[in-house]
Amino acid sequence: MDNAPLRKTLVSIKKNKSAYLMLLPFMLFFTLFTIIPVLMSMPIGFTDFNMVQFPQFVGLSNYSALFLSDKIFMQSVRVTLVSAIFTGPVSYVLCFLIAWLINEMRPKLRTIFTLIFYIPSMSSVYTVWQLIFSGDSHGYINAFLLNTGIITSPVQWLTDARYVLLVTIVVQMYLSLGTGFLALRAGFQNIDRTWYEAGAIEGIKNRWQELIYITIPAMTPQLMFAAVMQIVSAFAAGTVSQNLLGFPSTDYKAHTIMNHAYDYGWIRYEMGYASAICMILFVVMYFLNRLVGRLLRKYMD
Amino acid sequence: MTARKRMGNIGIFIILAILALFMIMPVYLTVIMSVKPIQEMFIFPPKLYVTEPTLSNYTAMFRICSGEHVPFSRYVFNSVFVTVAVTIMQVVFSSMAAFCLAKVKFPGAKLINALIVAALLYQSNVIYIMQYMVLAKMGLVNKIAALILPAAASPICIFLMRQAISQMPDSVIESAKVDGAGLFRICWQVVMPNQKPALMTLVIFTFQAAWNIQGGSVIFDESLKTLPTVVMQASAAGLSRAGVAMAAAVFMLVPPVIIFMLAERHVIETMAHSGLKE
Repeated sequence: MDNAPLRKTLVSIKKNKSAYLMLLPFMLFFTLFTIIPVLMSMPIGFTDFNMVQFPQFVGLSNYSALFLSDKIFMQSVRVTLVSAIFTGPVSYVLCFLIAWLINEMRPKLRTIFTLIFYIPSMSSVYTVWQLIFSGDSHGYINAFLLNTGIITSPVQWLTDARYVLLVTIVVQMYLSLGTGFLALRAGFQNIDRTWYEAGAIEGIKNRWQELIYITIPAMTPQLMFAAVMQIVSAFAAGTVSQNLLGFPSTDYKAHTIMNHAYDYGWIRYEMGYASAICMILFVVMYFLNRLVGRLLRKYMD
Repeated sequence: MTARKRMGNIGIFIILAILALFMIMPVYLTVIMSVKPIQEMFIFPPKLYVTEPTLSNYTAMFRICSGEHVPFSRYVFNSVFVTVAVTIMQVVFSSMAAFCLAKVKFPGAKLINALIVAALLYQSNVIYIMQYMVLAKMGLVNKIAALILPAAASPICIFLMRQAISQMPDSVIESAKVDGAGLFRICWQVVMPNQKPALMTLVIFTFQAAWNIQGGSVIFDESLKTLPTVVMQASAAGLSRAGVAMAAAVFMLVPPVIIFMLAERHVIETMAHSGLKE
């Protein structure tokens, strides 16, 4: 009688042993090059660290300086929030809609459209954007607007404080469509065709009902993945404005939190302060991620 | 197919075509400008086509990139080696680990899952300093392994795979277990053949990321540098070298596009005879 539970544990240990073995290669490199660096860099925010001398513990002073006296940081928080609203939720919905529409097409067309929508994510060349938004009349947008008579003199898209954020958001959205879109598309392809047949029997009439009652619930894992990717790309944005507008942008009008971290980390060598900025960003993204997860789960039930 | 549905399909096609035109425009401009001679580059109004196409931007790129010490082919070899190694390691490691995290209950799984999501959300440039310190401790600085190993296990890839595998019905795995298959065999013979869309997405992501690895801060020998590093140098002279920059961009874009097409064919194939039932 005693034998059964004992054997059960033994079996489960044995079973887990092979699971641990299969995890080993991933966990080895993940621990060495991600977990250890992350854990080592988190406490840096509580220090004064110039990359030459050993970090000096300074308590919460980096954080208090950020919130109480750094006006540019507050500006960067505003910029990040504004741009995140567009590059986050708007881009997320767009990713989903495009992936869905493409999935409704025939296989040949599907391949072509997928390639077209994914290609921008593969080529991140800012030179072409600089030529498109160029401030002289040679810029494609300026030339178009001049020719059609909408404007009479060229607009300084990349340096005028009124437009820099807008331009950054447009380019950012364009580049960020890729990852979430491709993951969602794989999700669509995992859905069993028979579910739709079963759905048709149960009275589902059109595409919209199919989408809401069958497709979306079946795709929760991919939706969650895409959501995390969008949160990261929306809140950790910064490379676009840096490459497109130069650094810093006019009047800090397109200055994101990551730009601020870059400024302190790589220009002023105040790594402690830069780490504190990144830590705040991490906390915000962490809670947002949990919120999105909860909302998605609630919707699925 | 009902008339209503056919109308809907046409409508969808038109919407997608308009969006696609907008999406492809900058890429089209890149390609066009890469074959524009300099005198056509800066005329007003800017043209959407090229009258006298030339390959001079491409030859200029090759000329600038072939340093005195190292032939261009060396950079190509380095990049191909790094990309293939990273892609194979990433795909094999992530899929095995993701399968265990999604479908096997073992002590520690929750912690690992939490670490993966946290690592995904923690964006900080300080990480690179710490990564450098780890590489230095292991004696890997200025070795090709310094480009490969840190990229061999990314949180994005395992997260993607775990999400995809978690969709699979447990019954498939249970019945394989009843048949006496071990976890390793279940993973590669039962689960992965049914996860081709996710696997191919993983291949596309990884290949693209690995192909763009620069590693400027861990590699100092010219003979160990990768293509993106030198191509960047060739095109980093502002608008005066816009043509070369465009040529470099097109050149770097070709391999990921080829991989994308190959992977895509696999996905469509699985779609045609996907027979996984609950």
